[in-house]
Formats: sequence, structure tokens, C-alpha cells
Amino acid sequence: MNVIRGFATTFKHVLEEPVTVQYPEEVKQFNVRYKGRHHLRRYDNGLEKCIGCALCAAACPADAIWVEAAENTDDERYSPGERYAKTYEINMLRCIFCGYCEDACPTQAIQLAHEFQLSFTDREDAIFTREMLLDPPPDGVPGTPQKVERGVFNRSIPDQEDPY
Amino acid sequence: MANLYSAQPEPQRSIPWKLVIPLLVLLLLVVLIVLNLGAIGTAISNVFTFLFDYESRVDPSQIIECRGNSACTTIQAILFSAILFFVLLTGFAYTTLLERVFLARLQHRVGPNRVGPFGLLQPLADGIKLIFKEDIAPAQSFRAVYLIAPLLKAVPVLVVVAVVPWGPDWVVPWFDGNWYRVPLSLADPNVGVLWVLAITSLGTYGVALAGWASNNKYAILGGMRATAQMISYELSLGLTMAVPILLASSMSLGDIINRQVYIWEWYIFQNPVAAAILFIALLAEVNRAPFDLPEAEQELTAGYMTEYSAMKFAVFMMAEYLGMIAISMIFASLYLGGFQDGFGLVNGLPILGPLVLIGKVVLMLMIMIWIRATLPRIRYDRLMNFGWKVLVPLALVALSWSAIAVLVADFSASPMVYGIVAGLIFVALVVGGYLVLRRSGEIAVEEDEQTDDPIITGERRGLGPVAIQVVGGLIAVPFVLYDWTLKQLDRLAALNQPETADTETTAVEPARPRQARDAGK
Repeated sequence: MNVIRGFATTFKHVLEEPVTVQYPEEVKQFNVRYKGRHHLRRYDNGLEKCIGCALCAAACPADAIWVEAAENTDDERYSPGERYAKTYEINMLRCIFCGYCEDACPTQAIQLAHEFQLSFTDREDAIFTREMLLDPPPDGVPGTPQKVERGVFNRSIPDQEDPY
Repeated sequence: MANLYSAQPEPQRSIPWKLVIPLLVLLLLVVLIVLNLGAIGTAISNVFTFLFDYESRVDPSQIIECRGNSACTTIQAILFSAILFFVLLTGFAYTTLLERVFLARLQHRVGPNRVGPFGLLQPLADGIKLIFKEDIAPAQSFRAVYLIAPLLKAVPVLVVVAVVPWGPDWVVPWFDGNWYRVPLSLADPNVGVLWVLAITSLGTYGVALAGWASNNKYAILGGMRATAQMISYELSLGLTMAVPILLASSMSLGDIINRQVYIWEWYIFQNPVAAAILFIALLAEVNRAPFDLPEAEQELTAGYMTEYSAMKFAVFMMAEYLGMIAISMIFASLYLGGFQDGFGLVNGLPILGPLVLIGKVVLMLMIMIWIRATLPRIRYDRLMNFGWKVLVPLALVALSWSAIAVLVADFSASPMVYGIVAGLIFVALVVGGYLVLRRSGEIAVEEDEQTDDPIITGERRGLGPVAIQVVGGLIAVPFVLYDWTLKQLDRLAALNQPETADTETTAVEPARPRQARDAGK
């Protein structure tokens, strides 16, 4: 009878391995496009990609990003362009991890990577500042601020091939 | 502010106490064991001799029978009930864990395994949480009854275990130097099964009063529904509990178990229909899935437990799980041979008795959890329909099966006939059941109009009414036979008397006069 088949179905699950992931000993692997914590990316020469345009702050539906821009000089250059983000704060308690900031950024500076273990015990600790979000420079390359030749970096978005 | 993203200072290397202390303890234990190997070996062999071979140490004529000795029976009753109480409560706690773990495995996931090793301290954590929960009582509830109702449900299921024997008699030493043969049941009355049936009926009071005392109209309705469900399944419960009584010709649970020593003697094989019906009826008695409409989470807002908070709710849950354990023990005792394993080992090794019974109870619990994981909840009207119109006729059929087989075997005074008759009836039932089920809808039938549906026309069709008529006819047979036999006996008696006009004075011997009787002495 069908009831017996039902019992057999349930019993088969006992014989199979459970699908539970035993966190924190095992961590489930995420898809490539998983939206975790934000990173502020750099170019290969060490300059930051973020030019302080605040388009991400404008796009954010939860109003979680605060950007204050400042001028770059060739003696003290943070990003290839006229401005850089002097203050960049994301309030992780407001952020909904939708990825609109990543879509809005013209230089692909802000990207959502795979970190998800973002717990804090105080509301103030939830505000992630620029230093916390900025990627470290690649190996062997000096970080920002850099002293560069005059007039080399005069475009906000450098000439590069289409990444997609 | 220090968090995950600030620079971490280099961790200082210190002594990892979490590893060192257990290792030291282990080392200490190993040293102690190695130093005392001889004494440990002697102790182990002493334990084995104690458990398995008491005849070598005690003269069989010196063993005092506990049933006749009033001091021994008192102490045995007190000790046994205390131990049984604690065993049952611990069993209840770990039944909750078993249910969660096994239900999870049946649903392809893992149960609680964080709180202790393999989650073994989970019931402790649950108990502590429930103790700390706020205890709310509704303002207009009838406080006395409201407080007592959970206990009214829990105490009968604790008490019903008193007549279940846990093993054959044990020979144990006592502090006064004597050896006593103690029975392993709190009481073994001659009417054990009747006692069980009566006490399980008391549980309905708790449910009804809990619903009424909550001062909540939905709770009252839920309580009424639950009570009606429990009462309507008690009929088939009583009928199928009568089957082992018939087969064992005794109502005492100890006698019933002692008749089921070998696995082919177990009553579940002699009347599987009655065993199945008993199991279903017991599930409905304790409001267990798929009959758990009164306590289901979706229906709980209209159930009798709505207004109960932390500890009182815990007592209701305790009553439910203890009920599961109690019905497992009753079913095992009546149909599965109780503490007898199927091969007669327990009579030679009495210490195995409780272990076998616990094993059977755990098996039955796992079957109940399996049923809960598989079957959807039965709607209330279908539940009542099932209880009255399907289970009661089937229980009557099952009872008459055993009754007819036993009677025919007694007439012919041969156990072979019993087996043959029981087997024939079983085959008839299986074939008949198959034909009926095949006709009633396993194969799709094109119904182009609904006017034929008995739900609409109200005409009674199907297995129930037919079975009732057949069973009524069968039940009438002994009465008719009795009547006929009496008439035949009357006729035979009438043949003995001489034919006279006045039968009254000649039929009776005239009384002798008083003087003649006294002189004759």
C-alpha cells in the first residue's frame, strides 16, 4: 500500500548522510556572486580605485554609506583622479547587502566579497571605516599615499580593457 | 575599537590548559589502573559471578520468598517504586532527546548535538529553561482546577506502569544477610489488564478539566475534542486488550508474559489484526501523531493547553512522553512477550529481563516517532469516523477470530486445530480485505456524477455496516446455541419422567417427616 511506501521513503533518510552543515567546524562554500562584506579595491600599482564620487551612497537604498571626498595632489596621491574618499564609512547595521553600490560604482572600487562573519557587540563597532574596508596593496607594491610623477594620472578612470 | 579588521597582536604562547588537564587526569587514571590490575581483575570477576551465578554462593533452600514476607514486600514496594520513578523520569527526559534526534534523522537532518557530547545534556538544558520561564495564569481561570489538571493527566500514566513486570524474580542479597527472591513488579494483581484499562481512562479527566479551567472558549472546545477522541478510542482499546486475556486465559500481566516465552508464541503472530488495532488505539489515547490534533502547533491556539505556560506546560509534555513510554510497555507486555526475549534466555538469566523490556520499549518509541515523521495529521471528523466506524468493527472481528479459534480448539482438545482455524480465518480476512480495498478505490474509477457518492446520498455502504451485520450474526451464534442446548436438555429431562397427568407431585420426592428424619440419624 501507499502508506508502506511512505514509511520506506522516510526510513531511507536515516540511511543517508544528513545535509546539515556542522557550523562552525564546517563552513558551507558560497557561490562566486555571494554578497558578503564590502572591499575597497586597488589597482595593481597600489593606488585606490575609489575616487570619492559618492555614487554608491546615492544608490544605497538603506542610506548606509557616508562618503567625504578630498583633493588628490601628485605629491600625496591616493587615487588616479582629482578626488579620493577621505572618509568612507559603511554602517553594517543599515546595510542590506543588496549590491547596488557595487553596481553603481564607475571604477569597480567597491565590491562585495565572501566574508560573512561580521558580528559586533556595540553599535559603534558596526560602522566599518575606510581603513577596515580597504584592501591591502598587492605584494611588493607601495601603498597609498604615493608620490608620483606629475601629470601621469589625469583621468579618474584609467584606460583599461573591458573586464567583462 | 578592536574587531576582526584591526591589526591582531601576535598571540602569546601559553600552556594550553584545555589539553593539559584532561591528559593529566588520563595519565593518573592509567597509573592507578596499572598499579591495581590484580584487584581490578578480582573485582570484575566478582561482579560477573554476582550477576550470573548466584547459586554458587547461596543455598537454594535459604532463599526467602518475598511475596510471603510482609517486611520484605513493604521494603520492596518502596524501593522499587522509588527506583521506577527515577527511571521513568530520566526515561522521559531522554525520550524527548530520542524524539528530536530520530525525527531529525528521518527528515534528513541532524538533531541537537551541541549541548553535551552528542547532545546528551539537551534535556537538562530544556528543563532549566522551562524552570526559568515566566509562569502566567489567566486572571479568571478557576485556579484550583487549573493548577491540578496537568497533574491529573500525568499521574495516571506514571501509575499505570505499576503492574508491568520488568523481569522474572530476582534473587538479591539484603543487608540483614539473607537472600530474597523478589518479584520485579510493583504489583501483579489478578486483574492487571483491567487495572491498566481503568487507569488510562483517568487521563481524560486532566484534559477536559484543563480545557474548562482555562476560561478560554477555544480551550474548552479543544479539551472537549481531545476528550471525545480519547474516549472513542477506548472501545477498541478494551476489545483488543481482551484478546491476550482470551489467549492466556488470565488477566494478570505476569501470566500473559509467561505464556509468551518463545518468539513463535508471541501474541502478535497469533492475532496481528488485534495487535495493529491496539497500537493505533493506544496512539490515539495519548494524542500522538497522527492523532495529535489537540496539541499540534498549528492548532494549539484552539487547544486545551493554550493557557498553560512554563512548568505546567512542561508537566503536560511530561504526561505525553510518559504516556508514550507507558503504552509501549503495555503493548510489549500484551503482544510482544514483555521481558521475555524470544529464545527463553531471560528465564535462565534473570538480569536480562529489564534490558529486554527497555529494548522493546525503545523499539516501539522509534516506531512511534517514525509514524510521526511520515503520516500527516488526521482531521478531527475523519478521526472520529475512523475510531467508531472502522476500528470498532475491526476490533470485534479480531476478538471474534481469537474467540472462535480458542473455542473450537477447546472442543477438539488439540492445539493443531487452533492453529489451523486461526490460520484459515487469517487467510479469509486477508483475501476479503484485499477484495474490499481493491473495490473501494485503489484503482481509479471514472466518476462522472457525484450523486452516487454516499457522502451526498447518505446511504450507508462499505465495509463497516457489512462487517457489523456479519459480526452481529457471529455473536448471535453462541446465544442461539445456548438456547437450543437448554431446550434439548429440557427435553431430555422430560423423557426421564413417567407420563402421568399430574407431574408435580411425582416429580419431587416427598419430604420425610421430621420424627423419621431425627430417628434415622
